[in-house]
Amino acid sequence: MVNANVDSMALLVAQRSNRWLDVSVRFARRRPLGAAGAAIVVLMGLMAALAELISPFNPLATNYGAMLQAPGAAHWLGTDAFGRDVMTRIIYGSRTALWVGFASSFMGATFGAIIGVASAYFGGKADLIIQRFMDMLLSFPLIVLALVVVAVLGTGSTNVILAITVPMIPRCALVLRSSALSLRETPFVEASRALGTGHVRIIFRHMLPNVMAPYLIMLTAFLGQAILLEASLSFLGLGVTEPEAAWGLMLRGAAVEFAEQAPWMAIYPGVAISLSVFAFNLFGDSLRDALDPKLRVS
Amino acid sequence: MRLYVLKRLLLMIPTLLGVAVVVFFVLRVLPGDIVELKYAGTGAYAPKEAMDRERAQLGLDQPLWKQFTTWIVGIPRLDFGTSMWTGQPISHEIAIRLELSIELALMATFVAVLISVPLGTLAAVKQDTWIDYCVRVFSIAGLAIPSFWLGIIIILAFVIYFHWLPPLIFTSFWVDPKENLLQLIWPALAVGYRYSAVATRMTRSTILEVLREDYIRTARAKGLWEQAVLIRHALKNALLPIITVIGLEFAFLVGGLVVTEQVFNLNGIGKLFVEAISQRDYTMVQSLVLLTSFVFIFVNFTTDLVNAWLDPRIRYQ
Repeated sequence: MVNANVDSMALLVAQRSNRWLDVSVRFARRRPLGAAGAAIVVLMGLMAALAELISPFNPLATNYGAMLQAPGAAHWLGTDAFGRDVMTRIIYGSRTALWVGFASSFMGATFGAIIGVASAYFGGKADLIIQRFMDMLLSFPLIVLALVVVAVLGTGSTNVILAITVPMIPRCALVLRSSALSLRETPFVEASRALGTGHVRIIFRHMLPNVMAPYLIMLTAFLGQAILLEASLSFLGLGVTEPEAAWGLMLRGAAVEFAEQAPWMAIYPGVAISLSVFAFNLFGDSLRDALDPKLRVS
Repeated sequence: MRLYVLKRLLLMIPTLLGVAVVVFFVLRVLPGDIVELKYAGTGAYAPKEAMDRERAQLGLDQPLWKQFTTWIVGIPRLDFGTSMWTGQPISHEIAIRLELSIELALMATFVAVLISVPLGTLAAVKQDTWIDYCVRVFSIAGLAIPSFWLGIIIILAFVIYFHWLPPLIFTSFWVDPKENLLQLIWPALAVGYRYSAVATRMTRSTILEVLREDYIRTARAKGLWEQAVLIRHALKNALLPIITVIGLEFAFLVGGLVVTEQVFNLNGIGKLFVEAISQRDYTMVQSLVLLTSFVFIFVNFTTDLVNAWLDPRIRYQ
């Protein structure tokens, strides 16, 4: 009798702790492409976290005796113009990419969410003004706006994060505003207002938690864009600065001067960028399909 | 219809004015004086009087609102002021580069439409088959692969395998079409591929929706052969969102090809923008930002007009 109870309790406990596993397995089975993307993302995360352990060299260590070496036994992906190992710099570059990508995506989505929900909640004139301002910001390509922010603030990884956050905000605000518009008329918001709850509390405690699905979708959808944007800015020399390891920066050093002598300098960072953005896009798309297919825009 | 056009035209002006105000004041707020930067670069000793004279010449000693109004008033006359770095009138700097940027944008759009519409339709018709998956992976790859990296790879391939480099000097299409196309087709391909990614997915999803409509079923029931159903009925009705997406992406192309122009060493608006930012050339940056915004708004306006022309239901709203 006691054994049966213990067994059934163990079963219950196992079932509850395996819920995330269940969800993941179901996701993987129904959307194999998205699961593949998620797997690559996780691998990239591991690579970034364990960079010190798995990379054979120091990413900043120059070695003028081994400049521009082709891929071989010592340097698996070759060396660059300063003798630095390309594979190590790619591994450390994933750290920069993930850090900048996540930070800017997270800040952009969060600020966009707050602005969008607040705009929807207050309605009327405030809504109109905020909408006009967001429209203005939306009329620029991502990179132009990011460049303007870099022009104001200067280069460096913190400024790059801010530069990428700014163009993300209006895009997120637009989507989250439309989600929040329907929330405004729900009974629980009405009840809170009748109780005399302050505006800030309603927005943060009642409305924001209910737009989690579109928020997560925007977050993951923009991760890939953020990584691309960071690579573009670094490529132009207006992003992360030397000697930090960043994929866009590696392409900058490689571009036309060393094209004939050392093509590996240009190929591998680009493959890294493409693969990671690809993975993030796949995962983001599948997440969006799973959570809310109505948000399918492009 | 005329009222619709007029309303949209009038709405453009406050938006542009808003952009002008924001860009002007944001740029002036920041630290770093261009005159100091100019002299610091040369390493020469610059007496204060020389710098002050330079400032007066550039109009920087006037109060901010006066500088702003001088700029704004000049715009309808196409006088954007003088570049702080080169001293040339900005409209001249822009004019010599505009042709290249517009031609590149048009070619990239052409490439994109050529790729996206047939592929998207194919993927929609053969939904969930391996053709569909291939097209979807192809288009997601287009979004992921940085277009500047694709450009680098194209140049690399040419240099290594064919020992040939695309022409570096821009010759106008009207002067020598072959040189012109040889130079611009490669960036157009790189950009067009990325551009087509968005359009392909839009085409695919729109055609999927349209194929579920009743009139398609009627056309098939009438015995119309499948290709005619597709082209005459499905594609026509699916055109609206596709044109909107293409228009939206095109709007970003004229000033937004910053990195591609750097890779292919094209002397276009994007390259001008990057240079202006590195040199803290505020008047140039603000004029270029305004130009980009204007192009975006104008292209959106044209897209809306085309939509209204194609679909009478929109006109009579």
